[in-house]
Amino acid sequence: MSTDAVVMAVLVAAALAVTLGVALGWAASRIEPDADSLVERIDALLPQTQCGQCRYPGCRPYAAAIAAGAAEIDRCPPGGAATVRALAALLDRPPRPLDPAFGGPKPARVAWIDEERCIGCARCLPACPVDAIVGAPRQMHTVIAAQCTGCELCLPPCPVDCIELRPVPAVSLRYRQPRAA
Amino acid sequence: MAARSRFPAGLALDTHKQQACGTPIVELALPAQVVLALDQGTGYGAEPVVAVGAAVAMGTLVARTDHPFASALHAPLAGTVVAIETRAAAVAGGRSVCIVIAGDGSDRVDDGVTPVPDADALSPDELAQRLRAAGIAGLGGAGFPTATKLASARDRRAQTLLLNGAECEPWICCDDALMRSAADDVVLGALILRRAAGAVRCVIAIEDDKPAAIAAVTGAIGRRRDDALTLEVIPAVYPQGAERQLVTTVTGVEVPSGGLPADAGVICQNVATAAAVARWATSGEPLLSRVVTVTGSGVERPCNVRAPIGTPLAALIAASGGYRGTPLRLIAGGSMTGRALPSDEVGLTKAMNCVFVATRDDIGARLGAVELPCIRCGDCASVCPAGLLPQQLHRAALADAHDALRDLGVRDCIDCGLCDYVCPSQIPLADRFRDAKRRLDEAAATAQKAADARQRHELHMRRLQEAATAEHRAFEDVRRRVRQPGDDPTDGAD
Ligand code: SF4
Ligand code: SF4
Ligand code: SF4
Ligand code: SF4
Ligand code: SF4
Repeated sequence: MSTDAVVMAVLVAAALAVTLGVALGWAASRIEPDADSLVERIDALLPQTQCGQCRYPGCRPYAAAIAAGAAEIDRCPPGGAATVRALAALLDRPPRPLDPAFGGPKPARVAWIDEERCIGCARCLPACPVDAIVGAPRQMHTVIAAQCTGCELCLPPCPVDCIELRPVPAVSLRYRQPRAA
Repeated sequence: MAARSRFPAGLALDTHKQQACGTPIVELALPAQVVLALDQGTGYGAEPVVAVGAAVAMGTLVARTDHPFASALHAPLAGTVVAIETRAAAVAGGRSVCIVIAGDGSDRVDDGVTPVPDADALSPDELAQRLRAAGIAGLGGAGFPTATKLASARDRRAQTLLLNGAECEPWICCDDALMRSAADDVVLGALILRRAAGAVRCVIAIEDDKPAAIAAVTGAIGRRRDDALTLEVIPAVYPQGAERQLVTTVTGVEVPSGGLPADAGVICQNVATAAAVARWATSGEPLLSRVVTVTGSGVERPCNVRAPIGTPLAALIAASGGYRGTPLRLIAGGSMTGRALPSDEVGLTKAMNCVFVATRDDIGARLGAVELPCIRCGDCASVCPAGLLPQQLHRAALADAHDALRDLGVRDCIDCGLCDYVCPSQIPLADRFRDAKRRLDEAAATAQKAADARQRHELHMRRLQEAATAEHRAFEDVRRRVRQPGDDPTDGAD
């Protein structure tokens, strides 16, 4: 009788394992990572310069391409090595160097319009992906430095080449510093 | 009467106060020129209201501000504004726009400088406003505008004004000298500040290694006969004078992480600030001068000097007998928390309580120090007055692991420098934490900017799309109209 009991126990255990395995597999196939939230999470790591150097029309489309497996994670020069590292960690892939085909890292800069030379043609307005340029036709235009991402997209449309990129004005980043006595 | 130090750790340091404290405060003659940095040490600057060439008298407003972290500036001497330009300054980054005033040797005083006879009749709000207009700021080393602190104390209904006379940095003794020579001013200022803060009681805290100051302040308090004004003698333990630590020692309440002393019902002010408030009340004088300790082995006669704000440090050092030996570093603040200065041409700021001229004798051990790997001795954790774990923070700082830095409480690090003082491996821990805090701030600013850019880009795309749809619809409309039966479609297309 005892052999019967052993066989029975083994059979029950095996059946249990098979059922659980199937159930878990099915569950896993149902709880696939939400594609949208993956795009969000990738987008959150991109610098939002919206420059298109990755050859996608902005950071979010590039995020969607990465999520869909259509693009590698090494195409964003403004983000540089730090962004590639962050993406690699999120997607659990080995980090890789930035692909130089898409451009190299540059120092942080913002656009500046030479208001003496600006003819007010307003062509730079629609080019700016973050609406950082203010102006109206036949008025001089100016860049709101705090909102400019330095994407350079306003340079080509300007007929008089009066826009240039300048180093970011030093912001005073301050933290409270209680001192002893 | 004596309280025990109640913050987690701290350390009794060797003191060097006797160097500068033996002699009375030296009154500096008016310098030929003053260099007023618009940023007086808080990172935020005032805006000039005078132009180059303007004539100013003593007390004339030269820079105003609405910013809560900046303070108004007044001409400390009569003369002419000779320059407004970027110069070396005693601020983070080493440079600030400065207003340079050349004195004309006269003692003309601005008409606006009149005594405030009715200080007692002013409401707390009016008082705070007047103190802001007078440019009064924390003289204990932070330079934070007094009115801003008063406002936050009233918002949080702080009941206690804690007057900080701890002065725990081993080389500094300007507050000690001030309390000994002007205890009545300190007490008068304390009472005005207590009213302005809406507090009901005032405690003056002094470390037990300053018996003369304790005696002088006890006398001044006795002359006032005010039950809600008391003296608390506290142990001399570094960093007793740091705000959070002082609050814990005196009240037994811990300031919540990331919070202000006002959250614990306390507003802290420095004794020198109180004395400046008293000067303003009795003479109407805005903040034009301060007492500063000039010390270190690199000066001939260490002493305390009362000098106009903006006095070039070279003039202060000259008043202390000049340089001696081979000074290595010029440091603003004390040996523990001070910052190296770019040159002795920078002007005295409201926040500067000490000019420390260090030679190899003072800081030689640190200069030759070779940083060794952490041996996990735990000494740093046992002295940290903020109760942090410096060795773990250090690992996180080296890895630039922002989450870990935040979780370990790097924000509560008060820069006291004790951890590197005791570290047997001579790791510059406090410097690394200072850097890490700056990087956290930068990362937060970058993240904020990216979030804004994302939102603006979405709006931009939506607008383009709407414009395109509208254009398309208009085109369709035209087409529909030109293709009315009977019309010639090729005609209408033009
Ligand atoms: S290169 Fe980077 S910053 Fe530029 S659009 Fe692409 S993802 Fe955005
Ligand atoms: S102003 Fe020019 S460089 Fe700046 S974000 Fe707009 S398009 Fe880019
Ligand atoms: S494109 Fe050039 S000229 Fe035209 S509005 Fe912009 S900055 Fe001025
Ligand atoms: S004191 Fe220095 S060596 Fe000791 S645990 Fe702290 S960091 Fe490491
Ligand atoms: S510098 Fe910061 S971490 Fe080091 S002992 Fe002081 S409070 Fe603690």
